[in-house]
Amino acid sequence: MNADYAGLFNALQPEAHLVLGALLVLGFDMVWARHRPANRHHVALALGLLALALAGWKAAATGNTGLVFGGVLLIDALTVATRVGVITLAGLALCLLPPPSRLRHPAEFVALVLFATTGFTLMAAANQLLIVFLAVELASLSLYVLTGFDKTRPESAEAALKYFLFGGMAAAFLLFGFSLLYGLTGSLDLGTIASQLALQRLSPLLLVALGMVLVAFGFKAAAAPFHLWAPDVYQGAPAPAAALIASASKLAGLVVFTRLLWPGLGSAVGTIAHTPVTLGWGPVVALIAGASLLLGNLGALAQSNVRRLLAYSAIAHAGALLLGVIAAGRLGVAPLYYYAATYGLATVGAFGVLAVLEATGPAQKLTDLAGLHRRSPLLAGCLAVFVLSLAGIPPLAGFFGKFAVFAAVLRLGGLSGPAGWLALLAIALSAVALYYYLLILKQALVAKPAADAAPVKVPLPAACALLISAALLVILGVFPSLILGLF
Amino acid sequence: MNALPCTIYVAFTGAFLALVAGARSAQAARVIALLTALTIWGLTLYAASGFVPAAGLQDLVNVPWIPELGIRYHLAADGISLTLLVLTGLAATAGVLFSWNIEERVGEFFALYLALIGGVCGFFLSADAFALFVFYEIAIVPKYFLIAKWGSTNREYGAMKLVLYSFAGSALVLAGVLWAYVAAGGQGFGLAQLADAAAHFTRPQQLGMFALVFTGFAVLAGMFPFHTWAPTGHVAAPTAASMLLAGVVMKLGAYGCLRVAMPLFPVGFAYFQPVIAWLAIAGILYAGFVALVQEDFKFVIGYSSVSHMGFVLLGLAAANATAVSGAVLQMFSHGVIAGLLFAVVGRMVYDRTHTRRLADLRAMPLHRLMPFAAVVFVLAGLASMGLPGFSGFPAELTILIGTWQTKPLWALAAAGGVLVAAAFTLRAIQVAFFGRTGPDLCPAMPHPLPPITWPEKAGALLLLGATIYLGLSPDTLLDWIRPALQSPLFQAILTGGAS
Repeated sequence: MNADYAGLFNALQPEAHLVLGALLVLGFDMVWARHRPANRHHVALALGLLALALAGWKAAATGNTGLVFGGVLLIDALTVATRVGVITLAGLALCLLPPPSRLRHPAEFVALVLFATTGFTLMAAANQLLIVFLAVELASLSLYVLTGFDKTRPESAEAALKYFLFGGMAAAFLLFGFSLLYGLTGSLDLGTIASQLALQRLSPLLLVALGMVLVAFGFKAAAAPFHLWAPDVYQGAPAPAAALIASASKLAGLVVFTRLLWPGLGSAVGTIAHTPVTLGWGPVVALIAGASLLLGNLGALAQSNVRRLLAYSAIAHAGALLLGVIAAGRLGVAPLYYYAATYGLATVGAFGVLAVLEATGPAQKLTDLAGLHRRSPLLAGCLAVFVLSLAGIPPLAGFFGKFAVFAAVLRLGGLSGPAGWLALLAIALSAVALYYYLLILKQALVAKPAADAAPVKVPLPAACALLISAALLVILGVFPSLILGLF
Repeated sequence: MNALPCTIYVAFTGAFLALVAGARSAQAARVIALLTALTIWGLTLYAASGFVPAAGLQDLVNVPWIPELGIRYHLAADGISLTLLVLTGLAATAGVLFSWNIEERVGEFFALYLALIGGVCGFFLSADAFALFVFYEIAIVPKYFLIAKWGSTNREYGAMKLVLYSFAGSALVLAGVLWAYVAAGGQGFGLAQLADAAAHFTRPQQLGMFALVFTGFAVLAGMFPFHTWAPTGHVAAPTAASMLLAGVVMKLGAYGCLRVAMPLFPVGFAYFQPVIAWLAIAGILYAGFVALVQEDFKFVIGYSSVSHMGFVLLGLAAANATAVSGAVLQMFSHGVIAGLLFAVVGRMVYDRTHTRRLADLRAMPLHRLMPFAAVVFVLAGLASMGLPGFSGFPAELTILIGTWQTKPLWALAAAGGVLVAAAFTLRAIQVAFFGRTGPDLCPAMPHPLPPITWPEKAGALLLLGATIYLGLSPDTLLDWIRPALQSPLFQAILTGGAS
């Protein structure tokens, strides 16, 4: 391996900025801000956003340098887009920082968000199993702590424990799968693994390794049947943490998953677009996608808690995203990236609305949203944009994301194989999904407010985050080429 | 013609302005909405004045939109789309006039209303299946909020049912269009482009795609047995929304069948033609008989819409130049007449008497309390029955003549529907307006009714004028429609018949 430290340093500049930013936030808080409680939140938030902005700028400026440090990292168009995407989503989520009454240690919270974001950007660039695992774990450990950060509510601790137990199990699966892959190919490098696997038959050992990896990523993506943690975590976690888990974590996870499956294990895909189906990871991913679509959409119908509803909607979207993963090998990652990024924007926005509402009163049940249009037209308008985008209504970005993914999946082989039928199933279920999304909007836009409901004052950072997300959803929805043209 | 795309932009701009202005002054929002609707109508009439009928679509805008998927922002129009755009402008203007009395969240009401109009205009102008689909869905969502917020009887149920039916229909269309796009090699979504490619599809593909796309659009057109959303939705909706829903939005479905499903998949159409015709006839008769026994005045009109839309579908299924031009004429005619009927029932009668039960209305001497409403309803009823001198007559007659040329049995069966229509319309007129001849005051209605306002009179006269003008001179529209049917795309599906 030729040790190109300058190249490595250059490629890791965004991560360096994020880590330095996190340390700076902590240090500044310890030395100066903790003695000035009035400004403590603002300082932490400002420093955190500054670090994210610098990291985002560096990520965009790095350019496509290809393989770095002997193939440990890969900086291509997808890496750059994903890094900028996760940093943007993390910035938007950070703007939803809970008020001082519910968050006594803002600096630690911000620092953890920055560490998690470091994990996401590393996931975007990882091209070697060890880096993949380290990046995933860095992000996950930060998220576990963030989930349990709200010490005023027991649900938060419960959610953190569940998330941690499930996540720890998934990490074990991932590591076991990776060790089997290493044993089969003698390498941790994705390129070498691919060339080695191309020479092998689909051995039972390889199948076990694939199964382990799929279980782990099914957990990360909250896909059925590995979704059980999602409703509890979405319900219990502080809003920024839930937003981060649902958006940036998903985007980064899907990108690293796609990288691992297609360039790394592409020879073991099996067939999925045509019958008869042959075994490989493709049919398994298709099964997971179909199960997630069904379970997510049907499960969401029964929810009366907004956050749990968003969790089931996330499971349904995970199914559609996995369809995008299946199509990514032949037709490119553009539809998948577009879908994941715009889904993240809409979810961050939806959690943002809930976060603002939580500061003023209960915001758990659907009926807690009643009369939002009276209490805050801004929140109600933004929520309409986010929810309609999740439902896939044009001209919002959620529509084109679905459209592009379904078109790509159908292009694989028309209706001559399971993939095409899965796309049709997803289209049919989108009509079911509209029902529960409209239930949210019915409360927010149609129902009358409760008698004691006061107007909601939206804090400035949250208002900016909501408006930016909504504007991005409209702009990207009308001009999808802004993203599709990147690849 | 080049003014037509402006209707879309004007509608959305007006929606935004109405939303902003409505936060401060309700009257400002009303005026903005009226001006916007008038501008849209004016633009369509201006385009019509310079319109030279020709075979095929005349390009208006054609620029790349999403080159990665071969999607273009392609707007084009022919005599058929022009007819429906003029109808949209007319119905939009009348709808604003009939919702002048809305007092609650006026800005939002008109913003949603105008957004719906914008989606409808875009739909009628699209020559690219993707753009068409986008505008179609933009037109669906405002309907939910218009009904759920400003509606009456059972509004949340009616709104949800209507939107889910529409959305399920659009999901079928999406599936069919994507399948066609993929089978065509994924080059693009232009309607002409897809039609060229569809000529090489296998027979099962054509049948499957046609079934998906046609059923999807037919749900919105209220085809039996997928019509049940229409009466409940129309009854629950506020007056202006009922007028637009029955008058214009149901036409989206019929237009989609004619513009997309039939020319793209002629083999599929030929296969399903008898099924469509018999479902259309079933709809005409079934909805007519159901209308005959309704106890709610608005449900009578709701089912009559389904029955009259059956004639449109029958005209399309008969597939000759006469029948199809009659179907387009019927779309216009029914748009005007249904608007008028819903306006009388929902705005003039219900907003004053607060009842729509025919048994209650029978107890009131409405013909003396509201002579204007009674006259308008009688005239509209006559038009709806298809009496000469009103637009319903040339439209349904043309459809029946055309259908006779294809299959006399269909025409005979459908002609029974004309009789049923006369029966339920006369019953509604008789019971609602002339049920009682005693003294003016009755126990059911202790207060004198508020007089009919000027916006209502203006709106009613506008629509009445349109139906009478068209009844006397149907060739105005037929001269636009017939040449459009000469385009090669339509010729592939039209058989025989006088042109």
